Amino acid sequence: MIQEKIKRANEEVMNRILNAQPMLIDIGIAGEVIPDMNKKLILHAGPPVEWNRMSGPLKGAIIGGLIYEDLASNEEEAVKLAQSGEIEFDSCHNHDAVGPMAGVVTASMPVWILENETFGNNSYCTLNEGLGKVLRYGAFSDDVIERLKWIEDILAPVLKEALKLCGKIDLKNMIAQVVQMGDEGHNRNKAGTSLLIRELAPFIVMTNFTNEEKADVLKFMNGNDHFFLNLTMPVCKCTLDPANGVKYSTIVTTMARNGTDFGIRVSGLGNKWFVAPAEIIDGLFFPGFTLEDANPDIGDSCITETTGIGGFAMAAAPAIVQFVGGTPQDAMNFTMSMYEITAKENNVYKIPNLNFKGTPTGIDVQKVIETGILPIINTGIAHKDPGVGQVGAGLVRPPAKCFEDALEAFVTKLEEEGEI
Amino acid sequence: MSKVNELFKKEISVVNVGLESFYNELKSQDVKAIHVDWRPPACGNKKMSSLLSRLKSK
Repeated sequence: MIQEKIKRANEEVMNRILNAQPMLIDIGIAGEVIPDMNKKLILHAGPPVEWNRMSGPLKGAIIGGLIYEDLASNEEEAVKLAQSGEIEFDSCHNHDAVGPMAGVVTASMPVWILENETFGNNSYCTLNEGLGKVLRYGAFSDDVIERLKWIEDILAPVLKEALKLCGKIDLKNMIAQVVQMGDEGHNRNKAGTSLLIRELAPFIVMTNFTNEEKADVLKFMNGNDHFFLNLTMPVCKCTLDPANGVKYSTIVTTMARNGTDFGIRVSGLGNKWFVAPAEIIDGLFFPGFTLEDANPDIGDSCITETTGIGGFAMAAAPAIVQFVGGTPQDAMNFTMSMYEITAKENNVYKIPNLNFKGTPTGIDVQKVIETGILPIINTGIAHKDPGVGQVGAGLVRPPAKCFEDALEAFVTKLEEEGEI
Repeated sequence: MSKVNELFKKEISVVNVGLESFYNELKSQDVKAIHVDWRPPACGNKKMSSLLSRLKSK
């Protein structure tokens, strides 16, 4: 009886995931468009975490965010303000948003606005700043803040006007294409960034900005292979949100980390987080950095794996191993093993060298526990100290405890409700 | 017993399920063998197995 109810609920969840229609519709200012956002609220990646438990890169990004908002003029003032209790912190996920790495969103930041046309829900994500010394990796030096101001003053307004001329963009279709062009949508976004530029460039040149400003925008996008990541992430967010809260479902609807904890949420258990200490990442380090410098796993970007791309689609992106480590055969093996723990093959994201097999989609907690196979995630590595930035990239898995606790809570809930 | 002895007079092909070291030992002796990547359900965790079985009832 209960087995049948779970099966039906999981089918419903997978229908919602596979039938999502995420579209890029606009760019707005976080404080004006993100639900319940205000000047004294800072959103961050992963499950909720209080200031004194935050990791170095998250603290660094919050320091930078407070300076960017002119709420503090230096690190010392920012730390004092963050500790004062005057600033509220919350998970991006609680506000229809996602953020890569530290995932810090403040009220003045421009954000992409997406709409899942099938269900009418929105999702939001900041614009990608590039790699290395950037806010999302915990850096907050003057050049980081200046770049954020340029994003607010030039990049976002140019792209907003271009989008208005271009009209909404079908990102599901675009991701389906990039998976067939060697991207997996998490740490390889070269094709995605290129397709986005191809789509927007004719309209960027038609905007009412100076040629220099328009050229700067195109150069910035072209110089940042990760630019498209901040679109694949909200695509996955607005795809998964309507799938959450389906009674009896054991499908994972969120995986996210704040640099201290890894957290998951499961459809049949609603918005409850199951958290455990985030793991250290095995990866390739930039020159001058080692494992000793690495912060534990951080960021909302594993929303991609939760939706069947990212690490789950690495077979489509063999070149990614030069960034995260391993061999092309490893990339193939990772994807193949993910079919063991997922509910369906994706109906749109398909892998050419697996005879166009759909990517493994919909992590089932039951299958994770039964097989002992944990989801594979490819990810950037942040320095453990505030103010440094990215030090490498690699592969990581969530702590098993998140899935074990979720399964136990699921069974307990059914027992309490007299279902089993 | 005699049938078992017959078996060892032929070329042996082995399907190994369980400890991989058994497979490695056979391979080192040039015995044809394949290893099945198998683990007990929930990797032998009794509590997790028990929780899973609660959800399998029809």
